[in-house]
Formats: sequence, C-alpha cells, structure tokens
Amino acid sequence: MPRTYLTRSAPDVGEIEHRRWMFRHPLVIRITHWVNALCLLVLLMSGLQIFNAHPALYWGKVSTFDTPLMSMASSEDDPPKGVTTILGHAFDTTGFLGSSAGADGQPADRGFPSWLTLPSEQDLTGGRSWHFFFAWAFVLNGFTYLLYGLLSGQLRFRLIPSRDQIRHFGASIQEHLTLRFPQGDEAKRYNVIQKLTYVAVILVLLPVQVLAGLAMSPAMDAAAPFLLTMFGGRQSARTVHFVVANLLVLFVVVHVALVLLSGVWNNIRGMVTGWFVIERKVEPTPSPEPTGRSA
Amino acid sequence: MIRPPNRRALLMGASATAAAAMLGGCDRLGEMGWFKRTLATGEDANKFVQRLLLTERTLTPEYAEADISPFFKPNGTEDPPDKAYKAMVRRKFAGFQLEVGGLVEKPFKISLADLRKLPVRTQITRHDCVEGWSCIGKWTGVPLSELLQRAVLKPSARYVVFHCADTMDQGEASNIDATGGAEAPVANPNPNMTKKVAGSESVKGAGDPPDGALAEDAGPPEPVRFYESIDLVDTYHPQTILAYEMNGKTLPVAHGAPLRLRLERNLGYKQAKYVMRIEVVESFTDIGEGKGGYWEDQGYAWYGGI
Repeated sequence: MPRTYLTRSAPDVGEIEHRRWMFRHPLVIRITHWVNALCLLVLLMSGLQIFNAHPALYWGKVSTFDTPLMSMASSEDDPPKGVTTILGHAFDTTGFLGSSAGADGQPADRGFPSWLTLPSEQDLTGGRSWHFFFAWAFVLNGFTYLLYGLLSGQLRFRLIPSRDQIRHFGASIQEHLTLRFPQGDEAKRYNVIQKLTYVAVILVLLPVQVLAGLAMSPAMDAAAPFLLTMFGGRQSARTVHFVVANLLVLFVVVHVALVLLSGVWNNIRGMVTGWFVIERKVEPTPSPEPTGRSA
Repeated sequence: MIRPPNRRALLMGASATAAAAMLGGCDRLGEMGWFKRTLATGEDANKFVQRLLLTERTLTPEYAEADISPFFKPNGTEDPPDKAYKAMVRRKFAGFQLEVGGLVEKPFKISLADLRKLPVRTQITRHDCVEGWSCIGKWTGVPLSELLQRAVLKPSARYVVFHCADTMDQGEASNIDATGGAEAPVANPNPNMTKKVAGSESVKGAGDPPDGALAEDAGPPEPVRFYESIDLVDTYHPQTILAYEMNGKTLPVAHGAPLRLRLERNLGYKQAKYVMRIEVVESFTDIGEGKGGYWEDQGYAWYGGI
C-alpha cells in the first residue's frame, strides 16, 4: 500500500482547511483511460453494425435459424413494424429495433438504428474495418495499462480491496445505495464496491469479450480450438460477445452516472490533469478550530 | 457582474452537438482514402498475426455426422442466371471440364468423372458466414494440392484464382438476384453483401462513389463474373478441397454445383461456388478491380480468416 500522497499547497488559506489536493491519476492511467473510452465507443457502434448483418443470436455450434435465442426483424405490414423476439416472446420495437428510419427517413429493415451504428448506413465491410482497427487499439491499450499498473503497483493499490474494506463490506453497500460518497481520507482510495467492479470489468468482462470475439474467427478456432470448448461453439461465443457488450454498456452507464453524482468537475479534472480534491471530512460534532473561510 | 454562462447547460449543449457532429464526422472520415487505409491496417494485422499462429498444416476442427445442420443456408448466388450455366445444369454437367492453367508447366482440363478418380477427402466442417451465422456440412472433393501437383507450378506462381460461372452484375442486374458467388445474403432482410444495395439505404453512390465501387452510370455495364483468389499457403492446406459432394449427395446448384471451393479457416465469402477455371498467377492486380476477388472489389478484406 502506498502510504504517501503527493500534495501541493492549496491556493488559499480557506482551502487548506477544507480541501486537500491529491495527485490521483498518473499520466499512463489517464491516457489509457481516455483511449479506452474511445475504443469502447467505436467497438460498440461498429459491433452493432456487424450484428445488423444478421440480427439474430443462437446457442451452440451452429445457427438454428428457426429458433434463435433472440432476433430482430421487420414485419410485412405497411408501414413495417420492428419486431424483436427474445426466447420466443415477440415485442414491438418499431422505430428502434428491427425497423427504423434509414438515411432517407423511410423505414428500413435493420437490427439497431442508424444512430447507434458505425458507419450509420448498412455497411458490413465498413463496420468490420472500424471494429478490427479499434479492437487492436483496445488490446494494445489494455496491455499498456495492465503492464504499467502491475509494475508501478497502481493496480494493487487501486483495485485490490484491503482487509478493512472487506470487513466493512456491508456498510459500504449501504453507503453506496444511499449515494453517500466517502470524504476525507476514505476518498483517497476507491471504495470496496468500486474496486470489485473494476476488477470484474478489467479481469473478467474485457478478457472474456476479447476471447469471445476471437472464437468467432475460423482461423483462430483452428489455431486455438479451446476457444470453442470454452464458449460451447461459435454461435454461443457470438451470443456471449453480444451479452458482454451489453454488460459493458451497463458498466459505463453506471460509471458515468456516479461520476456526475460524486462531483463531476473534480472527477473529470482528476482524469484529465491527475489532480483531485479531497474534501475535508465533515464531522458530526463541530470542529474545535474556527473555520476562517469567508465568502 | 457578468456571470459566465451556466457551464452545465453549456456542457450539455456542447456534448449534444459533438455527438451529432461525431456521427456524421465518422461517416465522412470512413469515406476518406487515407482514413480507410489506416483502418485497414487492423485487418492487415489480423492476417499477419493469424498467419503467425497457424502453421501451414493446422487443421480446423472437424465435426461428427450428428452435428451436420439439417438446413444449410445457401447464400450469395443460389441459381446463376447465365444461360451457359443453365445449359450445363440441364445436361447434369455431362460435358463440363474444369480448366487448370496459368503459371503452370502442364495446363490441363479434367471432367467431373475423372476428378472423382483422384484422391478424395471428406470433411465435416463448420461454415462461417461473414454476416455472423454458421452451419455444419459434410464436404467431399479433391484436394486442391492434387490438381496443382499435376499441373506443376512455375516458380513465379503466387496465387490461385478461381473463375466462376455466376455473373454478378450486368445490364439486367435488377431482375437477377444481384448477390454474389460464394457467400452473401439473399438480399433481405440485410443486404450487406449486395453490390448495389437495393432501396432506401442506398445513399452510397450519390455523386461520390467510394473507392472500389463501379461507376454505375458510366456507359453500359460490363458483366462481372464472380472470382476469388487464395495464396499458396491456403492452396496446399490439407483441408482445402474442390468439393463435388455435400452431405453425401452430388453438390446442389444452390451450393455451387458442379464444384465449390472449401477453404476451411476462412469465412464463407472466400469459398467460391460454381468454379469453372483455375488460373495460377503471380499477381491479381489486373483481374477484376485488382483486389483479388469479387467481394474484395466491394471492400471486403482479401484475408478472410476472421
């Protein structure tokens, strides 16, 4: 555990008493964070473009065209309805899934709508080009992060819950649910739920996502047949890839929501410049020394 | 005192504008030559790394009879519109001869009956379409290496090109199912691989055709026949066969009769159907639009391993 934090003098006397600057995010972490954000966005949108080439999911080795786990299609009606079928249950998703406005504003048969795909029009080759380029960028960026994190000790400090955090697991959950964010020294480190979530995303979801993507490649299946065993077949791997993509979206939504709720400017400044402000812990009893702050 | 504009509102407005600009901007970026070439380095890296991982003889997994898909989705061209081909079908390919030529010492022609006398390989493999779906089928045919050993490659030989019977684009393309040879969807619901995307989504050609697209308005369209190319690594792979049987029966028209390439370790679009002639070349840049195959000319990567 690092015991020291870089601090710098705060700009005024009032701030010395109420807030402390902490150098929270080293350069490599900041760069890999933003590169990762860009990669995930492009991978998601180009991935939906690729999905749209055959907007149905199956389980097992092959496609059972009549009995997909999930599918999106447009109906014969005029105007066509978008119908999403999940495990045999059909839902009307007109305008969003199955059928949505194309470039000319007319309803088009497409899984995900054009504003969610990259390129926006139906273009499988374009989607694949974007996807593969950013997949490589994502993997190289991820390795940079992991290597730096391991060598610098940042990974251990940031992501592995300490013993006292595990002891107070229950209280942490309660704090989280009531949106009470840690202050003072507790804010210097990630809380236990944060740590475990990041561990799950970095060490489970993202690697599974890469492996499931590779399992869809016929050449990779020849080179590494364990990929098929791992997922139970190419079509299962494709489904896992889709589901994990959704879980990553869920993670990003929660992540961004918490960034907004827990002090958006401080968080963004922290991830851009590295400097993060620790608010002084508000004690339930009045503080003995006078607070000299004036407006 | 002048207050700065509400920065939250400013941020919201800015991000909405940025999001909209980004969507349009990415599409425009994706049309630019230099950017396309940059993105394509991802696919170059795929080929480079996968070729490192695979030896020339690494086999793709084979499956059991019980795994064979009851319905194997035909794709791309399912019934070539060409009169000459239709005539061959009527005669059950009786007079058909596969031509092997190009940069070989001993070019030859061979009938289907004689082809069946050559060494045979049967394999039950998974067929993966670039669109995402898979089917398992049993294929019987002659290893491509057998044919080329008989023809004896010249030293300059680098690629094997398959010339196919199916015409992809011609004058009356609109009433032909304009999808392509090896592996392509039948049009709806997702015409990803159709050359001329029918209907509402076809905004591409508007004044500014992307590289690789035929100039559709310039003069009478020349018929474009399906073709595909592979390199010698794939040519001599033990599972690379010219199949004349599928699931124990004569190869049906929908799946590429009389002969189709099975190029396991590759996506379906590389696996040419309706193969008429095999040409060994040093370079494919002067064939078609020079990208190595019909789908490659439409923008698909030449390497189809992922």
